[in-house]
Amino acid sequence: MQVLFARHHVRVYRFVLRLVRNEATAEDLISDVFLDIWRQAGKFEGRSQVSTWILSIARFKALSVLRRRPEEELDEETAERIEDQSDDPETALAKKDTGALLRQCLTALSAEHREIVDLVYYHEKSVEEVAGIVGIPEATVKTRMFYARKKLSELLKEQGIDRGWP
Amino acid sequence: MNTKNKEAHSDVEELLPWHAAGTLSRSDARRVEDALAHDPELARRYALVRDELGETIHLNETLGAPSAHAMEKLFAKIDAEPARKPAVSLNLGARVAEFFASFSPRTLAYAGGAAVLAILLQAGFIAGVMLKETKTTGYQTASAPSTDPGIGAFTLIRFAPQATQDDVTKFLAANKLSIASGPMAGGLYKVRVAVTGLPKAELATIVKKLQEDKVVTFIATTE
Repeated sequence: MQVLFARHHVRVYRFVLRLVRNEATAEDLISDVFLDIWRQAGKFEGRSQVSTWILSIARFKALSVLRRRPEEELDEETAERIEDQSDDPETALAKKDTGALLRQCLTALSAEHREIVDLVYYHEKSVEEVAGIVGIPEATVKTRMFYARKKLSELLKEQGIDRGWP
Repeated sequence: MNTKNKEAHSDVEELLPWHAAGTLSRSDARRVEDALAHDPELARRYALVRDELGETIHLNETLGAPSAHAMEKLFAKIDAEPARKPAVSLNLGARVAEFFASFSPRTLAYAGGAAVLAILLQAGFIAGVMLKETKTTGYQTASAPSTDPGIGAFTLIRFAPQATQDDVTKFLAANKLSIASGPMAGGLYKVRVAVTGLPKAELATIVKKLQEDKVVTFIATTE
């Protein structure tokens, strides 16, 4: 269990942190996720990668937390998004750096779009694996990723960067 | 670009993020590579995808890592769990490995030594029994004890595969025959045709007569 935890806990933490946007909640979640893995170890059939199985459990736990989250916290999240787009000197400087601006826009995506972008780009999951983790058809995975990228372009355009797509 | 081409373009374009991440199947990757080689606009969009990939990795890597507290909390929870029976695995190899892994190295060493001793004793016992049998009774087929004292006139017979046990019994009784030994290689039986030795000509006549019976597929004289 220690080896499994050591190998996967950072990526699982980052995955749930991007969903719940709260470090303390994300830390609580990963101990819950790995406890579930310890309990269900006998049920793992090896039909998918271990990381895919862990991420699907992590996603389920994170969404359960989000469903229980009080309205105030959701408002804070919205406020955070608005702050992200403000034009303080620091942000103005960051705007000069397209990479930083792109990261800022990646943060501003909806949870659904953040999730799919992270799974594809950071967690290196195939169409089939993403479909398994999120619980949607493979065709929907492709279109959801397409629309997440489209939204990203729109956010960048709002910040003054026209990528010429879509 | 016609509608058909637009659709095909869109299909390939949807695959660009997975191509950048290197998670496409070989055939899909080849399809995307071909499209990129022939479509400069698609290649330009692929560059955007690669930027997104790089910045997504950068963003995630700067999120940090959980504190050691998360691990302590997890193992405290595991320790608090009630003892449970390990899940029953259908994989015999895994179960055997799991069983042996539950012993200490010293116990395993003693158990290994005892197993070797048991195997040696068993081998010695089997060898002893076989030597004893060889001295007293000589070679025997595993199929049936031999009733062949070596006196009389004999034939080798192979019975028809479709012949029933009843057919064979009737055939043996009608011709006053008895099986001396068998079955041997090739499904042959050594059959006594007379309790005393017979001249070759007489034995040949008996063989010719027996050969006509549908129960027999092969017959030959033997010592």
